[in-house]
Amino acid sequence: MLLISCPWCGPRDETEFSYGGDANLARPADPDAASAAEWTDYLFMRANPKGPHSERWNHAAGCRRWFHVLRDTTTNAVIAVYQQGKSPPEAGQ
Amino acid sequence: VTPPPERRSPLGGVAAEADGRCVSLAERAFLGKIALRGDGRDAAFPAAVEDALGFPLPLEPNTAAAGPAATALWLGPDEWLVVTVPGREGPLAAGLAQALSGLHALVLDVSDQRTVIAVSGASAPGILAKGTALDLRPPAFDPGRCAQTRLARALVIVHRPDDAPTYDLYVDRSYADYLWRWLERAARDAPPA
Repeated sequence: MLLISCPWCGPRDETEFSYGGDANLARPADPDAASAAEWTDYLFMRANPKGPHSERWNHAAGCRRWFHVLRDTTTNAVIAVYQQGKSPPEAGQ
Repeated sequence: VTPPPERRSPLGGVAAEADGRCVSLAERAFLGKIALRGDGRDAAFPAAVEDALGFPLPLEPNTAAAGPAATALWLGPDEWLVVTVPGREGPLAAGLAQALSGLHALVLDVSDQRTVIAVSGASAPGILAKGTALDLRPPAFDPGRCAQTRLARALVIVHRPDDAPTYDLYVDRSYADYLWRWLERAARDAPPA
């Protein structure tokens, strides 16, 4: 069980949150001009790093806000929690 | 205010069971509840709400503020639930909507979405702890605090209005019967008063 600190509500059980995947995905800037390969990258290809990974989480059973978590995928340690639109406090994926 | 005859509370058929234990359950039916949304960081929004409610909107996460007319529960940085006595929700929502006209905001009467189960007595924190990992004891959860969490897997808003200790559980009406039965069961081994 992860203990995740919501930027608004503080530390809460993992069961209150829903996972939103990689936080660093950028949708093709010009969707009409993007090639099939670019769409494939955006939709399906993921880095799957071993170590720090920044990802989206939603406090679904609480304040219902989206935010970002920097989590170590090997130890499950939550390294940092930060708001959308900000950079992770430490260098990570 | 007597509710209109066709209005039924979700727990209307269930009797409170105090039976001498130091915990009691009661439904607080038909409370007026108003969903309020707007940008808490834009100074104009909380100021307009304060004009209509008569007390400042709680801007600190998971806190509540109360005045003679209503109680406001923080649900998110742009979301609050305003609670008032049965029958007052109409005039209060109209007053809020008028005060907020011209601002990007939402005022909506959601009185019948949820009902409120009040759990009070010395054993209340221990009983609720069986269903949630959230620390509801003081000082982590002093009077005036509120939180949204899962209690026995049901989504609830927990609010502590006073020092009794009383916990008001706001639960969706379709979950009210389930949560009431869960609370009765969880309260069985509460010590006698």
